[in-house]
Amino acid sequence: MSTQTATPDAPPASPPRSGAGRRSTPTRPARRSGGLTSRVMVNAVLAVVAVYTLMPLTWLLIASTKSYRDLFATNPFSLGDFAFLANLNALLAYDDGVFVRWLLNSLLYTVVASGLSTLISVACGYAFDKYAFRGREKWFGVVLAGVLIPSTVVQLPLYLMASELGLVNTYWAVLIPSLVNPFGVYLARVFSEGYVPGEVLEAARMDGAGEVRTFVKVALPMLAPGFVTIFLFSFTASWNNFYGALMMLNDDRLYPVNLGLYMWNQNVYQQPELYPLVIIGSLVAVVPLIVAFLCLQRFWRSGLTAGAVK
Amino acid sequence: MAAPLARPGQTPAPQAAPPPAGPAGPAGPGKPGAPGGAGTRRGQRRAVALFTVPFFALFTAVTVLPMIYAAWMSLYREESSGLGFGGTERVFAGLGNFTEALGDEAFLRSFGNIALYCALYIPAMAGGALVLALLVDSTMARARRFFQIAYFLPHAVPGLIASLIWLYLYTPGLSPITDALDALGAQWNFFGQDEAIFSVVNISAWQWTGYNMIIFYAGLQAVPREVLEAATVDGAGALRTALQVKLPMIRPTVVLTLLFTCVGAIQLFDAPKLVQLRANTMGEDWSPAMFIYTAAFKGHDYGLAAASSLLLALVAGLLSFVVTKLGNRWKAS
Repeated sequence: MSTQTATPDAPPASPPRSGAGRRSTPTRPARRSGGLTSRVMVNAVLAVVAVYTLMPLTWLLIASTKSYRDLFATNPFSLGDFAFLANLNALLAYDDGVFVRWLLNSLLYTVVASGLSTLISVACGYAFDKYAFRGREKWFGVVLAGVLIPSTVVQLPLYLMASELGLVNTYWAVLIPSLVNPFGVYLARVFSEGYVPGEVLEAARMDGAGEVRTFVKVALPMLAPGFVTIFLFSFTASWNNFYGALMMLNDDRLYPVNLGLYMWNQNVYQQPELYPLVIIGSLVAVVPLIVAFLCLQRFWRSGLTAGAVK
Repeated sequence: MAAPLARPGQTPAPQAAPPPAGPAGPAGPGKPGAPGGAGTRRGQRRAVALFTVPFFALFTAVTVLPMIYAAWMSLYREESSGLGFGGTERVFAGLGNFTEALGDEAFLRSFGNIALYCALYIPAMAGGALVLALLVDSTMARARRFFQIAYFLPHAVPGLIASLIWLYLYTPGLSPITDALDALGAQWNFFGQDEAIFSVVNISAWQWTGYNMIIFYAGLQAVPREVLEAATVDGAGALRTALQVKLPMIRPTVVLTLLFTCVGAIQLFDAPKLVQLRANTMGEDWSPAMFIYTAAFKGHDYGLAAASSLLLALVAGLLSFVVTKLGNRWKAS
């Protein structure tokens, strides 16, 4: 195990695993004392791993302030001439501002698609939890099977069918597939069990509210935290969807950000002046995500625990 | 909330039993109290349709039908007619595409690559996540919130962009790492024939270790404090408590993580696709997903690509079955 962990470049990656590994006898005497040394050791290991996880983003931030010349000429962690704004201008101006278009496309593919997908999943999961209907568990088995079907496996078949239907190279080709989120249905059922007491629904029905009205006015507000969690899962999935977009889209005006950056990177040999654009473009794409994740942390956590911890 | 959850990845039977059997909700047929029972029941049936049909219709459209279509496509082969420009015709090939895929060295090699990748990545990532979770959960850790956020942050970065950043961090001239290695006099070529796979493993580990650490940590937090106190009273040290008390209690979580990791590993595309741009020895068909992409878009052999997709689905299914079975046995032991 030590050879594998030590080799991937990052020097920080190796000490934690070999140092505190499962069967590591050398640390045991120190640990038993539980004293200052082991306390320092534990925190040092944690700090070193934090350096490993934060280093690439730090580098990205610093590199985004450099001009193309400084990028290769100066020490990667030192500051060159401050070219951040110049880079940003170049990014936004390149090819008639195609990058801004990519950002908007990404917004459509992720936020809009995830919103719809979450609504569909929540309604379905709610129905699984709150209504008894014939074959309910069989249908739910289908959902669970859907969770386990790797999305990559479906991509090519999806492409073949989309090209048969003439949908390739349209917004729909990327949007429609991301509306389906079986894991979201599973989570929604779990959340509905936990958050929506049956008596409340019964009370709403006694008051004469129809089923749809009960769902929208009574159940949905109670499911709000679950809604956000499922939204986040769906959002990450669509934001990470590169394979699908790469297959489906040719027209660079339809690209999401990640596909656009990939295409720029393909041309970086012939046009090295694209390097700073790819770097600052990555930064601009990542920062809103990081901010969103920091703000929505607690929803994340509840989703992870609901989905994985029993 | 956490008690009666169904687990994905299990046969429907065990998880199907508890939730519906309980207070199955107001819709059970035995609700004679409601006025106009038949009418409301019809309303509820309509509601069930309204709530579930959108999902299942879309699921059929983007998962079930494409798979059927791919199965049909995999039985045909495009053959260029006459002079080879313009027209091609579709010829029935039976299982020809499947035998072609299974006889294709590149296809088999891509599975070998993923197997090696798993052998390196899963112990490193899952072991690392577990160790980190136990360390953060130990009484000795400081600044827990900071560490959790720092470890989780890479997961907010889209996979392709993470791969892009690491690609640059592997590139001599751009990278602080290669500079540091040079200064130390170490020889390491991230794009070398033997080294490239480690470069891929590192990208995945960077993305997923923190994510899984958070999951494990949440599991550890759920271990009852009395149990831990009892262990301490019995004289178990921190390490012993971690390995013999805490670890067994989060086994189900670990099994589930391994399942999702395997299913994810077999789909690997972004990281090797980018590393391969500089590591020419890897080739464009390094992983099964890359093979399928190349077969379809470089070779324009849709039949072969469809057959390979189905074979990949089969392997993924077998893999999740085996991992779940082994996991259940381990959980029971």
